Amino acid sequence: MPENNRNNKFKMIGKQSILFHNPPYIIGASSIAGKKEGEGPLGHLFDTVWEDPLLGQDTWEDAESEFMRQAAEKAIQKAGLSDNDIRYLLAGDLLAQLIASSFGVAELNIPFFGLFGACSTMGEALSIGSILIDGGFADKVLAVTSSHFAGAEKQFRFPLDYGNQRPYSASWTVTGSGAVVLSDQNSNSNGPSIRIKGITTGKIVDYGIKDTMNMGAAMAPAACDTIKTHLEDLNLKPDYYDKIITGDLGYVGSDILIDLLREYKIDVSSNHMDCGKEIFDPESQDTHAGGSGCACSAITFTGYVLKQLREGNWKRVLFLPTGSLHSKVSYNEGNTMPAIAHAVVVEAE
Amino acid sequence: MDKDKNVDVSKIVREKDVKTRNENYNQYVKQVTPKHSGFKNVLAAYLVGGIICTLGQFFINYYIYLGADKEMAKAYNTITLVFLSVLLTSVGIYQKLAKFGGAGTLVPITGFANSVAAPAVEYKKEGQVFGIGVNIFTIAGPVILYGIFSSWILGLIYYILKQFGVV
Repeated sequence: MPENNRNNKFKMIGKQSILFHNPPYIIGASSIAGKKEGEGPLGHLFDTVWEDPLLGQDTWEDAESEFMRQAAEKAIQKAGLSDNDIRYLLAGDLLAQLIASSFGVAELNIPFFGLFGACSTMGEALSIGSILIDGGFADKVLAVTSSHFAGAEKQFRFPLDYGNQRPYSASWTVTGSGAVVLSDQNSNSNGPSIRIKGITTGKIVDYGIKDTMNMGAAMAPAACDTIKTHLEDLNLKPDYYDKIITGDLGYVGSDILIDLLREYKIDVSSNHMDCGKEIFDPESQDTHAGGSGCACSAITFTGYVLKQLREGNWKRVLFLPTGSLHSKVSYNEGNTMPAIAHAVVVEAE
Repeated sequence: MDKDKNVDVSKIVREKDVKTRNENYNQYVKQVTPKHSGFKNVLAAYLVGGIICTLGQFFINYYIYLGADKEMAKAYNTITLVFLSVLLTSVGIYQKLAKFGGAGTLVPITGFANSVAAPAVEYKKEGQVFGIGVNIFTIAGPVILYGIFSSWILGLIYYILKQFGVV
């Protein structure tokens, strides 16, 4: 990992990357999950699993807000802080006008930036949060994102009781919320400190896929582009990382990603991991191509990946959730599905 | 086989023209995306659709047995099938049947009933007018519109042919 020249006022590296002079610490994280996620392979790792998809609320949207509120509070609590210690809150979700986020975080009274990155939102939030801290603009930042199966189906697809068949390439939106607290200082707890060393910000990449039931194929080129640029910018080989983790390419998208990168002589077949493949068991849970949604990468990262780093099983990971930036309107109007992938370098030391 | 796939992928990655690259990528994706077996789907659709229609015929026979004339029996059958579809939709069973049956559940009138009942359930939370009222025909809308429209076209054709003494 190249060291950034500290005499240089700019921290830009290569074309799209940053190496931080003061890499932020991850001092707290949370994962709140729904029933199906709780029944999946990672179910035992989440902080809280809710059986009731409404969380006692009246609507799916309010339920998602409640998921997010709980994730935010839990992460702050686990960091040993209170709400007013947090300087900025960065949050986003899949719903129009980000209503899950706005209503979810309103009562926390933290200065708020709403973000839209579709399923890449956790990568985007961690990226911008890290920039704020390394730049001296904040001491504590909270990054949080959520998704809800029922809310997403309503927003993007069909009513829940409608009788239609899903193709094998379709994915299952994860219900839940994940939050991360970033700090300019290490926490007092034992174990290795986990820091965000740098980021590579994605460009919008569009290879002309129009099939909203095959999002893995739509997003794979964006993940390929970000990984390739990241490795070039930082002059690294893929085996520098214990794991290169995408958000929700799923089974179809993951295979495509490995094929595309191979053309650039980049081999990630041994250390690539996809949150969409990890979070559900396709055989018993009938989730076809895998999990998707902002929470897919978020709760896999906070519940599983951070645990691996804390326990010393992994030392360095590249976390790059991908997002598909279409809407129902853009799809109906015959447009393709542009995608983006935001990469974050997370290391334990 | 792998060698062929690799040639395809390099056509994507090395292609400078964006339009051609995207076309190549779409072709490649089609190759690598698993699909349901068309044969199995057709079989399942015929089985389920056939059962639903046989059930319909049973109802027609039963209503005739109860004393209805043929036309009324058909109407009663339609009402019965629609009712059963709405009932099964509201308790979440119809969706499970449709996952297996596909077109077999979609094509009979039960599919139409499900497509109206499902949004009615979903949009209850947005109120009677702007929720249910506005959204209830969100899936069935095209069926209603183009069904009526094509009837009108056929009616026009029939009228013209009648004028020329063809029918």
